[in-house]
Amino acid sequence: MSKKVKHILATNEAIVVYIIIALCTLIGIVNPAFFGVSTVITLSRAMLITLIFATCEMIVIISGGIDVSFPAVACIAMYSTIRFLLAFEIDSPVIAYLCVSVIGLLFGALNAYLIAKIKLPPLIATLGVSSVANGATLAFLGTKEISNIPEKIDALSKVFILSYTNPQGITYQLTVMFLIPLCMILAAFYILKYTMLGRGIYAIGGDKNAARIAGFNVTKIQFIVYMTSGLFAGIGGLTYTILMRQASPQSLMGSEMMVIAAVVVGGTRITGGHGTMIGTVLGVLLIAIVQNNLIMLGIPTHYQTFVVGLIIVIGTSITSLRAKKIANSAKV
Amino acid sequence: MNTTERKLVRMMADTFLKLDHIKKYFGGVKALKGVSLEVRSGEIHCLAGENGCGKSTLIKVISGAHDATEGEIYIEGSKIDKLTPIESIRLGIQVIYQDFAVFPNLSVAENIAMNRALMTGNKKMNWKEARELALQAMEQIGAHMDPDVLVERLSVANKQMVAICRAIINDAKLLILDEPTTALTANEVEKLNTIIRNLKAKGMAIVIVNHKLDEIYKIADRLTILRNGENVATGMITEFDRARFVKCMTGHEVADTIYRPEPSDEEIVKVENLTKKGAFEQVSFCVKKGDMLGITGLLGSGRGEIGDALFGIAPAEEGVITLNGKKIEIHSIQDAMQHKIGYVPEDRLTQGLFMNRSICQNTVAASIAKYLGKMGLNHNKMKEITNYWIKTIGCAAPSAEATMRTLSGGNAQKMVIAKWLNTEPSLLILNGPTVGVDVGSKADIHAILHNLAKKGIGVIIISDDLNELIHNCNKLIIMKNGRTSGVLETGDMSEAELTGLLNSGM
Repeated sequence: MSKKVKHILATNEAIVVYIIIALCTLIGIVNPAFFGVSTVITLSRAMLITLIFATCEMIVIISGGIDVSFPAVACIAMYSTIRFLLAFEIDSPVIAYLCVSVIGLLFGALNAYLIAKIKLPPLIATLGVSSVANGATLAFLGTKEISNIPEKIDALSKVFILSYTNPQGITYQLTVMFLIPLCMILAAFYILKYTMLGRGIYAIGGDKNAARIAGFNVTKIQFIVYMTSGLFAGIGGLTYTILMRQASPQSLMGSEMMVIAAVVVGGTRITGGHGTMIGTVLGVLLIAIVQNNLIMLGIPTHYQTFVVGLIIVIGTSITSLRAKKIANSAKV
Repeated sequence: MNTTERKLVRMMADTFLKLDHIKKYFGGVKALKGVSLEVRSGEIHCLAGENGCGKSTLIKVISGAHDATEGEIYIEGSKIDKLTPIESIRLGIQVIYQDFAVFPNLSVAENIAMNRALMTGNKKMNWKEARELALQAMEQIGAHMDPDVLVERLSVANKQMVAICRAIINDAKLLILDEPTTALTANEVEKLNTIIRNLKAKGMAIVIVNHKLDEIYKIADRLTILRNGENVATGMITEFDRARFVKCMTGHEVADTIYRPEPSDEEIVKVENLTKKGAFEQVSFCVKKGDMLGITGLLGSGRGEIGDALFGIAPAEEGVITLNGKKIEIHSIQDAMQHKIGYVPEDRLTQGLFMNRSICQNTVAASIAKYLGKMGLNHNKMKEITNYWIKTIGCAAPSAEATMRTLSGGNAQKMVIAKWLNTEPSLLILNGPTVGVDVGSKADIHAILHNLAKKGIGVIIISDDLNELIHNCNKLIIMKNGRTSGVLETGDMSEAELTGLLNSGM
């Protein structure tokens, strides 16, 4: 049993936990206020959108691909939906989410078609789709920021599931939107670990040809993976807009690198086949702490990018070195 | 005789699979021109033939991956109209491919259990059941692996065990192994053979595709030989002596020539006390004109590292190398090439060739500078020389422009050698020169090497094919844990003697 415990203590997830604990201890020593319910709430809020994107990105990377189109897909889905709702004066959160879902799924299907059928490399395919989606948003839908979000949809940003007032009288509230990534994470965790579909995603990430011979429908799995990614992207886009209370056609662009970084720092191998939901959540948490709380250590804001970069380089190096070590270690 | 025994006897006589005049055409290419094959339950049936004879196509027909153009397939006596991959598995046919098709990123248990889950159409993954299934399967074949370990951490032999376990849990009645021994050491082959015999004793029909004669003789009950898409001979293994076997395979007699050159005093290469810590120590030898020097040893003995050192891939730390009377120092591949040393690496697919480039480009790859004129590369001259080598070396290539990938293993290997010959080398080192090469091409390659040695080019063969070494090398070095036996004269050493030396403490 001790061997198993030792194994667990040396997993990628465990290493991220060590780094998080070290960082939190450091921040906590400098600023004891860090340890408190308020931090949990602000961090949860800060992680919300990244968690949505990281979950779908992780699934794509495990399957042996990559998706850099999700910010553009999120933007076009969200922006066109808001424009549509405003134009027809529809004010329903359900219809809004339905709309972004459909648009997201369509772009996901386009990615999947290019990758699974035309056999484009995933990076090229999703880069292309990203450019198409973003270009279409700007060219056909406009560049204006929209702040008059339909009322009922806008009201969602003021629904809270958790409220906490600290002794100083400042109230911290956790938005109901947090349930969205939570559900996604639980679903992804279950599907990846306990269904044949999930194991198929790992299988094609490990060896596509072997998966085909074993009897997996590789094309179907790829379609499911990229369409899920598109769906999550669309939902993430709308959620972001609701939280920000305004729709901007470019707001999420450029977030793909940070999301991929969070996924990879969490132990998902960029080459596919390896990765866990828990690891990804930890990766997102680590980056959120750095982005939000480094300032408590007296580190100026503009150093954050630098530190995040360092964490990405070091974190991914550790993963990569471990993979190399496994490859070179004596075989059993 | 009790009932189970009687049942076993009856099963042994039962024909599990019968192929009747199977033809398979790909457009105009006739891959199979009417092959008949009969495989009985409880027998080990070897399918032999040179590269490109149609073995792989035949297996794909049996596994349902290819539809036969013509011909009939009978399984357990009943005619099968259309054999699909899933139907083939349902009928109990399992194929273990050369690369095993296992998932490196998944655990042993999951790899073993996955096919069963897919076959039963389960939507859920049951980890406990997978683990139990894996342990059961491993017990059946006597393998011992941690079911939770990831397959990427397994040795080649154990990956194969995983593939076998995966095959047998699906109630396999016919197990087909495609070239199962290519990456195994002698000990591992022995172990595999034991497992195969056990499965046979349980009444399973087994087909092994192989072209290594010695291994076939050790394991086969019956033998079918394919050539050019036709079966040329079939029968009990005892009906085939070596000469008939080789003749059936190649279509002509390949004599087992033994190369023993005239002694000469002209030294080509002299190596003294070559040492690289952790790899080999105090290696000394001398190759004279006409000599073929063999270096052998078990995997990890340092045999390959000597070749790497002489070619500057992983240079030696100490020692003196003299080439044609001149002391040379080798610190890099560039040094080695400057001193006209050529190296045919162990893995031609990843180290020796650009598989997607043309034969021409491959041929001049190591001597490209020769074709650089004032007006850029002289493509005509490059093509000319490629055609010259294709002819000289006896490569069956459609043209100089065809991609390397279109050549069979034997022909590709000939072009690797041609690439180095085109550099006019003084010393040619070959690591596993005939791995994955069929009998006919093998003999051709050996003849080429003999000629080189006679011309005064130093030839060093690093190999674990003892038969090859005895027939072709008049001098031999055996490596063990980085230490050398010193130079042995092969004289009339037999393979058994050499095996003894290899496994002894020396």
